[in-house]
Amino acid sequence: MNIIIVLIAISLNIAVAFLIAFLYSVKSGQYDDTYSPSIRMLFDDKIKTKSVKEKEHGNSPKSKGTIEKV
Amino acid sequence: MNRLKPDPTHQQEHVVDVIYDVKCYHCGQPCDEVYLESEKSFCCYGCKTVFEILEENNLCDYYDLETRTGTPLTSVDEGSFDYLDEPRIRKKIVTFDSASFARVSLYIPSVHCISCIWLLENLKKIECAILRSEVNFARKTVIIDFNPAQITLGKIAGLLQSLGYTPRITLDSDTSPKPTTDRSLIFKLTIAGFCFGNVMLFSFPVYLGLDQSDQYLKQTFSWLNLALALPVFVYSASDYFRSASKSFRQKQINIDVPIAAGLLALFLRSSYDIITTTGAGYLDSFTGLVFFLLIGRWFQSKTYESLAFDRDFKSYFPLAVQKLVEKKWNPVVVYELQPGDVIRIRNMEVIPADCRLLDGQAYIDYSFVTGESKPVNAICGDSIYAGGRLIGPPVTFRVDKKTSQSQLTGLWNNEAFKKVTENRTQKIIDRAARKFTWVVMAIAVVTAIYWQMINPAQMWLVLTSVLMVACPCALALAAPFTYGSMLRVFGRNHFYLKNADVIERLGAIDAVVFDKTGTVTYGQHPDVSFIGALTTEELLTVKELTSASTHPLSELISNAISGNGPERLSSFKEVVGKGIEGVIGGQVIRVGSAEFVGLFNAARQGSTCVFVSVDGEVKGYFSICAAVRNDVESMLRRLGKKCVALVSGDNESDKKKMSIVFGPSVQLLFNQTPHDKLAFIRGLRNMGRRVMMVGDGLNDSGALKQSDVGIAVTDNTGIFTPACDGILEGGKINLLDKFVDLARSSTSILKTGFVVSFLYNTVALTFAVTGNLTPLVAAILMPISSISVVAFSSLAVNFVASKKLQT
Repeated sequence: MNIIIVLIAISLNIAVAFLIAFLYSVKSGQYDDTYSPSIRMLFDDKIKTKSVKEKEHGNSPKSKGTIEKV
Repeated sequence: MNRLKPDPTHQQEHVVDVIYDVKCYHCGQPCDEVYLESEKSFCCYGCKTVFEILEENNLCDYYDLETRTGTPLTSVDEGSFDYLDEPRIRKKIVTFDSASFARVSLYIPSVHCISCIWLLENLKKIECAILRSEVNFARKTVIIDFNPAQITLGKIAGLLQSLGYTPRITLDSDTSPKPTTDRSLIFKLTIAGFCFGNVMLFSFPVYLGLDQSDQYLKQTFSWLNLALALPVFVYSASDYFRSASKSFRQKQINIDVPIAAGLLALFLRSSYDIITTTGAGYLDSFTGLVFFLLIGRWFQSKTYESLAFDRDFKSYFPLAVQKLVEKKWNPVVVYELQPGDVIRIRNMEVIPADCRLLDGQAYIDYSFVTGESKPVNAICGDSIYAGGRLIGPPVTFRVDKKTSQSQLTGLWNNEAFKKVTENRTQKIIDRAARKFTWVVMAIAVVTAIYWQMINPAQMWLVLTSVLMVACPCALALAAPFTYGSMLRVFGRNHFYLKNADVIERLGAIDAVVFDKTGTVTYGQHPDVSFIGALTTEELLTVKELTSASTHPLSELISNAISGNGPERLSSFKEVVGKGIEGVIGGQVIRVGSAEFVGLFNAARQGSTCVFVSVDGEVKGYFSICAAVRNDVESMLRRLGKKCVALVSGDNESDKKKMSIVFGPSVQLLFNQTPHDKLAFIRGLRNMGRRVMMVGDGLNDSGALKQSDVGIAVTDNTGIFTPACDGILEGGKINLLDKFVDLARSSTSILKTGFVVSFLYNTVALTFAVTGNLTPLVAAILMPISSISVVAFSSLAVNFVASKKLQT
């Protein structure tokens, strides 16, 4: 039955390791915002590159002007 | 009212005929006037601009992620953010700053969906000087890393504003970022749960399966248990011991006293048993108790992170203001304003201190300060109170008093803001705990005397057993789970409470006082109705005339009339304080006061009236009055006698209407200053009433604080709400009486929960006093009692709530 002592020692150590891992994850703020990370991982990294139409060139100085104006 | 005025040149370019049921491609609002761009329709120039920026940067995925994506730009402030680049102001906002890297955390109330997160995190695609941006959705903040050598803070804020995500930067933004949430409860709970699980594993072989030959295993397990229980005793349960000793010193017994006594008895007795090898101890019960108790605390501590319940004027006032220094306008922090300084305020900005108007005239919207819904027309030399919002072109002021000494901010010096508001009433749980403690002590003494006579050797064992089972774990769990469930039910119905204690006070309310503007009535969308005779065409000409004026009332009328005028306005004249006159299609249209249109003996009406004349003939008038929220009247009827008064800062023009809404028995007070409101509530409380104040503005702050329960009503939880105990969404004010009712029933559910837990305690005590409380019996009884109380409380609350809120 001595083997049970060894097994207990191993299992307790593993359990404590997970406990520490969990406490660390809480402390480092991984649970502070549970919504946006779940969304973020679904976003595509690449933005669809649409061919810039000629028409938009007419608009671009105007919208740029808006950014700078504010 | 705060519509972004379309640029007239673009208007002509893109406006097509009136199209109803066209939804704006950006914000999803129905369009009054349609602006076309890339075959998509927009409700205003602002929305169109956002689309253009996004399209130019290939960020139109924004519109594919969610259907009702954009924020309508109609309510966007038009202020500029250049002041952020002033070194002293910048230092207060930026969290990290170096030559090539800076980090800033901005609060953006309009963050609401997936698209918002996506766009804000792709800011770097629009502006390459932004290195990284990360959204915290719960707090509605975005952390932006940027290169200060390439872009200024003001530009970043301006970029966000042009996208419809205006950051909110106020006087209290400068205090370091919000204190990180208290995580110690989570740590304590985790450790208690971990130890409980393992102790249970080691305990059950000891209770059940081991025979004499495995004695050494039994010993090992017991010592392991003791080692595992030690952190629970020292760390997880420490709050209970601390609270118990504190209440002992104050000679008051609260619920933590019997809990601490029970925990102490459990731990010491178990340690004694294990050390002297006389038994297995009750450590699984001990760790389990602590674990369940902490779960209760955690359940009760539900918070709404994006809401703030402790705001004062600082989060309403701007951080900086333009001050005249050596003939130049420089931004300065509001705190540094001195009497005599000359400042300039722009459209929709808040006036930060009591001051005097230097320019010709201005319209000041005091709705948030006084409750007066109609903007006040001030002329040169008038004194203006802090907290008013300027409507119209920029004007200059001379500061009279420092911000902290202004009329309004003086309210915060009242003693109502100094005292601690919690623990005003003895909590039900503590009253129950006191009775409970006396009963347990009596039982313990009787049992001890009895066993001393029968069998002195057993006396200590029985006595500790009595204390152990008397630990009112189930009792302590009834309150968190009843109130915690109720808190969630309220939250689902858009009624957000600061904490669970408020529910108990809410249930005891016997007097309700209402504010008028923004609470009983809508704050922003007054009812505009025309009384008289005008043809549709004439109405459109009136719209055309009024849309040419920036007077707030003109804007209201112009917005109320749907359709587009024929655009034939040939001459336009505005007589300040009187009205406007224009020639449209050969007709002379006058819109303004009764005298202005030539009506000299008009009877005074209850509401604000704007008269119209066509070619000198008075056609009728627009009646503008604040619209009462839906179903308020029936809610007030259900409240009945509990509704005591209406306390409004507004003038008496609505008195007639309000007396119909409120009924004859309710006191109606008008022209009340913030200090009057506070004094009124205090008077009621001194009469022994338990008062709930329902208000919305800064002017209600004192009353909200002074009342037993202060509820702030808001149409948008993102905007400012004064310090309060609860935030109620405007559309749900018709449920207010039901919320009070539910709070009262949760108190009776709580009491029933007490009875259930007392029954368990009685059963357990019979085991204890007869000396039969083995660790196994304790290990079975304790979780059953806790779980049944938890289940009862949660189910009862949800059942009662679904029943009451349905009918």
